[in-house]
Amino acid sequence: MLKNNTKAVTAEETRPDQAQQQIAIATDGWGTHIRAAIVSTIALVAILCGAYPLIVWGISQAIFPHNANGSLVYSADGKTVIGSELLSQAFAGEQYFHPRPSAAGSGHDPSSSGGTNLGPTSDKLLNGIADDPATADTDESYAGIKHLSEAYRKTNGLAVDAIVPADAVTRSASGVDPHISPANAKLQAARVGRSRGLSEADVLLIVEANTDRASFGFLGEPGVNVFMLNLALDRVKQ
Amino acid sequence: MTPNGWFQLALYLGVLLLLARPLGVYMAAVYEGVPSRWRRPGEVVERWMYRLCGVDPAEQMTWTRYAYGVLMFSVVSFLAVYLIQRCQALLPLNPQQLAAVTADSSFNTAISFMTNTNWQGYGGEVTMSYLSQMLALTVQNFVSAAVGMAVLVALIRGFRQTGTTGLGNFWVDLTRGTLYILLPLSFILALVLVSQGVVQTFSAYQTVPLMEAATTADGKTITEQTLPLGPAASQIAIKQLGTNGGGFYNVNSAHPFENPTPLSNFLQVLSILLIAAGLCHTFGVMVKDSRQGWALLAAMLVVFVPLTVGCALLEQQGTPQLAALGADLTASNLHPGGNMEGKETRFGIANSALWATATTAASNGSVNAMHDSFTPLGGLIPMWLMQLGEVIFGGAGSGLYGMVMFAIVTVFIAGLMVGRTPEYLGKKIEAYEMKMASIAILAPCAMVLVGTAIALMCTGGKATIFNPAVHGFSEVLYAVSSASNNNGSAVAGLGANTPFYNTLLGVAMLIGRFLTMLPVLAIAGSLSQKKHVPASAGTLPTHTPLFVVLVVAIVIIVGALNFFPALALGPIVEHLQMRA
Repeated sequence: MLKNNTKAVTAEETRPDQAQQQIAIATDGWGTHIRAAIVSTIALVAILCGAYPLIVWGISQAIFPHNANGSLVYSADGKTVIGSELLSQAFAGEQYFHPRPSAAGSGHDPSSSGGTNLGPTSDKLLNGIADDPATADTDESYAGIKHLSEAYRKTNGLAVDAIVPADAVTRSASGVDPHISPANAKLQAARVGRSRGLSEADVLLIVEANTDRASFGFLGEPGVNVFMLNLALDRVKQ
Repeated sequence: MTPNGWFQLALYLGVLLLLARPLGVYMAAVYEGVPSRWRRPGEVVERWMYRLCGVDPAEQMTWTRYAYGVLMFSVVSFLAVYLIQRCQALLPLNPQQLAAVTADSSFNTAISFMTNTNWQGYGGEVTMSYLSQMLALTVQNFVSAAVGMAVLVALIRGFRQTGTTGLGNFWVDLTRGTLYILLPLSFILALVLVSQGVVQTFSAYQTVPLMEAATTADGKTITEQTLPLGPAASQIAIKQLGTNGGGFYNVNSAHPFENPTPLSNFLQVLSILLIAAGLCHTFGVMVKDSRQGWALLAAMLVVFVPLTVGCALLEQQGTPQLAALGADLTASNLHPGGNMEGKETRFGIANSALWATATTAASNGSVNAMHDSFTPLGGLIPMWLMQLGEVIFGGAGSGLYGMVMFAIVTVFIAGLMVGRTPEYLGKKIEAYEMKMASIAILAPCAMVLVGTAIALMCTGGKATIFNPAVHGFSEVLYAVSSASNNNGSAVAGLGANTPFYNTLLGVAMLIGRFLTMLPVLAIAGSLSQKKHVPASAGTLPTHTPLFVVLVVAIVIIVGALNFFPALALGPIVEHLQMRA
């Protein structure tokens, strides 16, 4: 319907003077732009902010209700929501696998997501900050990677100079990274098994079942979903 | 990196190049107005819109009139986004009952989304109501990209036609780019993302009891977790495709609800460069010489690929400090290793580095890892990609018109060497074009350097630098580079949601957007009136490897000369300190 506008002006077909005659070039009526700007904004809002998200919402609620609503996990009786497959929770107990350290809110808070945003040479990141004894009522201490790796070795009964997986002692980007690396999970398996009275081999089987492999075998990195793993362990016990 | 990491990088480039050509041909057909059965339903909407707007779709606009349309539309966009944020407490769809956004933050955010920057000084979950996210931000994600693409198309018409001042119709280009390119692609992408677990719901945030109560550092006990929900998928699809980058949640595409799986990650990072790569082919098709499009695409790849590989290697190498503390940095099939600070396990090193370079090569600015915690040189690469002027792929439309400015400078310099009047695509490049191209290239550069200097000389600028010394300088430089080049990615260690930074960066974004766009349109207007000069023996062919090398050299020389001193003060010093 609008073919006449640019087609007519290719160099080979038309001499400049003819092109001028064929096409009306408006230079007046600047005011029409104001109306066009306002009305098109409103019309596009209706399409892009009304119709588009609503249609995506309608289709996704119909086809992928579980995924569209946050991949929620329900309690054994199916009545209450206890978490999301996609988000980590804070676990510190002996009997649980521990997620990566978190900088989200006061720890693993998905509504206040965030990393440390500390530079790689930051002293705070590496060596942390000690509590200032002068201010008794506030705690200024901050666990550096040094403390995180010491704590990790101690918790899991490793030698004081043991090499640990990088992901175990660094804080993730989101602070709610649901995964730990398989190597990290393997180092924690003995402790979890001991505290639950399960053999390490049995625990590793459950770890295996809760490992998300790289998609199609090559996209992304494998990871063990900590929340799902701990849930599976709890449900084994019951 | 593991062989699989390399394979993923290669696969990414392969799929990108494979999809770019058909998409580019399709986009050319859209802007040429070639009728198609597929677009017939859209044409009904289109006609109805023109009638409401009082626009005659056959009207051709001079460059000044086209530019006036762009500006008018941008002003209305700014006001709309600003007012919605200021009034969000009174408006519906605010289940968290969030208060009105502050004046300086609204000013910054309105400019940010209007200029396709999507710099976010605020945290999405705690600042913006669902309505603000949907009404104000989603619509800008579409139209700011469509405006950039429209200006590019006007420039292409300027090269193609002779003896006329008409560059097409801004309202038609805007509407078609939105309805036939951005909307269908976003729709498909959004649905695939939901299938991967990106949320798309209107329910309020959900509070769930924790399996094990947690104790925080200061001794408080936490028993609950709040899951932030919302209509995220529809916004995330366009934030990637439209090179916007403004995330739904605070940590953007690092948040598992925004980017849950490696497949969602692959599709999102593909979408960052898809339209920009496709537009190179659109350019080739519309100037009736596909080789011209290939040459510019090749120039982009020549810069992009080595920098991506470099960034991945540097991040995998990690830091001596991490190694000294006993972290295992060698990648294996059991763990990603490397500098995992601020990176997600499911993406590992390869996908985090690829995203970092793609998002800064394009003026996208979304992140799936925290750039602030990258190694000094690994973080230098994304920063430098922005400082190159966002022409390596760049923003939707704006990247390629920026690259064409560099092509103009290149033919001019080559012309000086052989003593002939330079030509590009059959049009003589003369003093006027060179002046305009220089403004378009140098205005954002000047803003980066002057803006950083201002920030470091003011108390307001220094007050919110959380990382001390050299890294703090890098953060300020990164923030101003990001704003001035309309990228929008951030190193969040800088507290930028202050009146000082909201204002400085707001102005930087305006300069970065309009002091490139307006000279580009001026060039389009000037070129469209010139005659086609038939190629002769003395014409520098602009589709050869030689030309690709020349363009790349000019881009790098301009980028390096402008920013090497500043980079030396920041990331390079930090690298030397780290190794010391």
